[in-house]
Amino acid sequence: MPVVSAGVYSPSLARSPADAPRSASRLSPINQRRLANFRKNRRGYWSLWIFLALFVAALFAEVIVNDRPIIASYKGELLFPIIVDYPETRFGGFLAVTAYRDPFIADEIEANGWMLWPPVRFSYRTVDEALPVPAPAPPSWMMSPDERCQRHPLGIDDPGCNYGNFHWLGTDDQGRDVVARLIYGFRISVLFGLILTTVSSVIGVAAGAVQGYFGGWIDLMFQRFIEIWTSIPELYLLLIISSVLVPSFWLLLGILLLFSWVALVGVVRAEFLRGRNFEYIMAARALGVSNWTIILRHLLPNAMVATLTFMPFILGSSITTLTALDFLGFGLPPGSASLGELLAQGKNNLQAPWLGLTGFAVISLMLSLLIFVGEAVRDAFDPRKTFG
Amino acid sequence: MTHSIRARHSDEAVTEPLLSVRDLHVDFRQGEGVVHAVRGVSFDINSGETLALVGESGSGKSVTALSVLKLLPYPAASHPKGEILFKGKELLHASDAELRAVRGNDISMIFQEPMTSLNPLHTVERQVSEVLVTHRGMRPNQARSRVVELLEQVGIDKPATRLASFPHQLSGGQRQRVVIAMALANEPDLLIADEPTTALDVTVQAQILELLKRLQSRLGMAMLFITHNLGIVRKMADTTCIMTQGEIVERGPTADIFATPQHSYTRHLLAAEPKGAPPAARPGAETIIEARDLKVWFPIKRGLLRRTVGHIKAVDGVDVELREGETLAVVGESGSGKSTLGLALLRLISSRGRVVFLGHDIQGLSWKALRPLRRHMQIVFQDPYGSLSPRLPVGDIIAEGIRVHQPRLAAAELDRRVVQALKDVGLDPAARFRYPHEFSGGQRQRIAIARAIVLEPKLLVLDEPTSALDMSVQAQVVDLLRDLQRARGLSYLFVSHDLKVVRALANAVIVLRNGKIVEQGSADEIFANPRADYTKALLAAAFEIEAVPGIVAQ
Repeated sequence: MPVVSAGVYSPSLARSPADAPRSASRLSPINQRRLANFRKNRRGYWSLWIFLALFVAALFAEVIVNDRPIIASYKGELLFPIIVDYPETRFGGFLAVTAYRDPFIADEIEANGWMLWPPVRFSYRTVDEALPVPAPAPPSWMMSPDERCQRHPLGIDDPGCNYGNFHWLGTDDQGRDVVARLIYGFRISVLFGLILTTVSSVIGVAAGAVQGYFGGWIDLMFQRFIEIWTSIPELYLLLIISSVLVPSFWLLLGILLLFSWVALVGVVRAEFLRGRNFEYIMAARALGVSNWTIILRHLLPNAMVATLTFMPFILGSSITTLTALDFLGFGLPPGSASLGELLAQGKNNLQAPWLGLTGFAVISLMLSLLIFVGEAVRDAFDPRKTFG
Repeated sequence: MTHSIRARHSDEAVTEPLLSVRDLHVDFRQGEGVVHAVRGVSFDINSGETLALVGESGSGKSVTALSVLKLLPYPAASHPKGEILFKGKELLHASDAELRAVRGNDISMIFQEPMTSLNPLHTVERQVSEVLVTHRGMRPNQARSRVVELLEQVGIDKPATRLASFPHQLSGGQRQRVVIAMALANEPDLLIADEPTTALDVTVQAQILELLKRLQSRLGMAMLFITHNLGIVRKMADTTCIMTQGEIVERGPTADIFATPQHSYTRHLLAAEPKGAPPAARPGAETIIEARDLKVWFPIKRGLLRRTVGHIKAVDGVDVELREGETLAVVGESGSGKSTLGLALLRLISSRGRVVFLGHDIQGLSWKALRPLRRHMQIVFQDPYGSLSPRLPVGDIIAEGIRVHQPRLAAAELDRRVVQALKDVGLDPAARFRYPHEFSGGQRQRIAIARAIVLEPKLLVLDEPTSALDMSVQAQVVDLLRDLQRARGLSYLFVSHDLKVVRALANAVIVLRNGKIVEQGSADEIFANPRADYTKALLAAAFEIEAVPGIVAQ
């Protein structure tokens, strides 16, 4: 029974969108507009790509900076030291795990095959035994070739004195390569930040959704609880806990999570309080749709706008928190690569400015990129940018 | 430049019009493209005259009016061509300082929504005196006596006591009166009224229009009246311009336009009144829904412990009975509780009293227990922009109800049902892949109706389904609703303040006021000889303003 109101002059129906060509893309029009707005912010767009490139590179840090070769051939056999721990007995040594940087082992393998090293032949905990000057050593390129190679057995002609053993940014006060520590430190910071942001967003959004949707007593009790909870001085509690328990990556994550999940609750709750009175929510209720379906299908997408806008900034602040704890010495366990620890070394070794300067440069670059991305995301979700 | 234009005009025109719009174009930059919102509009207004710009939404009438004071969002908006002369002075290229001297002083404006055109944080006195202080340089004390005088002129009771009131303490009509007082503060030569009564109840609308007419004749000002309501045009305007798609298609003295419309669009507009009569009630039809002594009371909580000190009685002891295939209209002003009644019957808000739906007492049922019955009772809301989720394609919106009630339905069958529902409401089935924002208001309302009828309900609550729509679209939706009712034997609970639509659809009418029934009976009876004074006032306000040709002589 098609009801057609034929013969009626109707400008609004005459311009029916059904005539317009359908776009092939699967993104909804609103998201297409957002993507276009995001791209329009050139700085943020490029920052995202640079950040992603750095992050992906850091994920494969083992291939770029490592104290063991990627592939080696020894007596006709192909070995993958980067993945497999070969005992040193295999190459005539006595350690349980081969130290490939040892000149004896290196010479043995080179004599019976070859090794493909990563561009930088230090890991974040490798202590360089061939430092020409007491640690912290300045960047290699600041020294003359003679000076640089003086601790190698053959001096300037030694095959070990090559670019792979350069310290491009010097070493820290324990003789560990700064480049290696930066790359691993960047990776652990970003991973820590991402996990913390994701988990706290999930918890925060869920908590905010429940409070905003159900309202009433649930909302009232939850809000009072959050007020009391956030009034606990987070940093002092952390200092106390980390002096009792030995801090590890996951413990630190857990402690920070205890407090960081509240960041999004307010925003999401407000979105839900606003959204639950929309007529299409009422319409869904009239259809008999269950509460959880309404929350997930109709309300959450609205709240995600606010959440996504905040996320880059939360990521930035998570990273800053970790760096601050490391700087104070209450962060990741000793020996781990960490940007905060590098800063602390810079503070303790003012005679070695490359430590503080590189730490500062990397942290500010990382945070700036995240802020720029955050700005672009904010632009993308800004409804007023529609007709820009 | 201003001088040369003035010189030219004083040569050619002896009686210079107060405002002269010549070949006005307005473009909006929208992403990459350009929308030509107004294309070559020209009209003149003489002192003391009222000109009405009439058209449906999107016709460019408001944009034209806003261009006069250059209130459009520049630079997204631009005027590629045209000129606007006010007392011979070019406004379109005037500097900001020159424009400010004109705005609110020589030309002032009234907007549609009185709540948002008043600052919620300022008192009435401060809002009104601001204009006086800005343009007349009055000191606050001088201004106060003038404000009282103005408020009295616009018909506010005991104006001196209202000075310290904030906008939220006033009713909609009073707010619009304050807005008018602001507009008239400097005795402008031209008043631009952009749909000044659209957001108001019919009874208030009649009063406000009367007030405007009286003030106009006393102050001798010209009026540019923008509206979509032909009844108002007939009552108010000397000259009428009919606009559609950015152009004026017909102009002339109002009486002539109504008597002998020339352009097809004008004829279409004039014909677009909701017409027809509801299908006759079948005797002995079974009762679909019945409510006895229904009450919705919202508690008023005060004090630290939030003790309930009283109740707002939104619906207070209402009896409702609706039979299969019939339409029961609930009419009343805003705040009368008519929408609340509709929601309470569907148990979308909590209420007290007996509600029997299809023989089940649903008042005590839990949300879960009620779910199977939900497919038989559906609702269509007033605002087609708010009632469709902007993030779901139309197909998903329509299918949502089926997914709840028949979760195991095959995808192909689901799609077939969605397509059928779209066809039933007169939409292209391809619409199911699109998003709501791609559709016009009338099309969205059809989608909302499709969402409701796809479940094949017995009862449909229509909560002002036509009041957000343009006239001609309104008539189409009314026709659609009636056809659906006839074909499916649907029962409608029709909540509306628009008595013309009610007359075209309803078998029986309930008149609500402050949550109580003032009068009820069959539609014919109530429209022909209303008994309660309130009903009479309501009918007078609705039909005298909305003068359908031939019904009310003026």
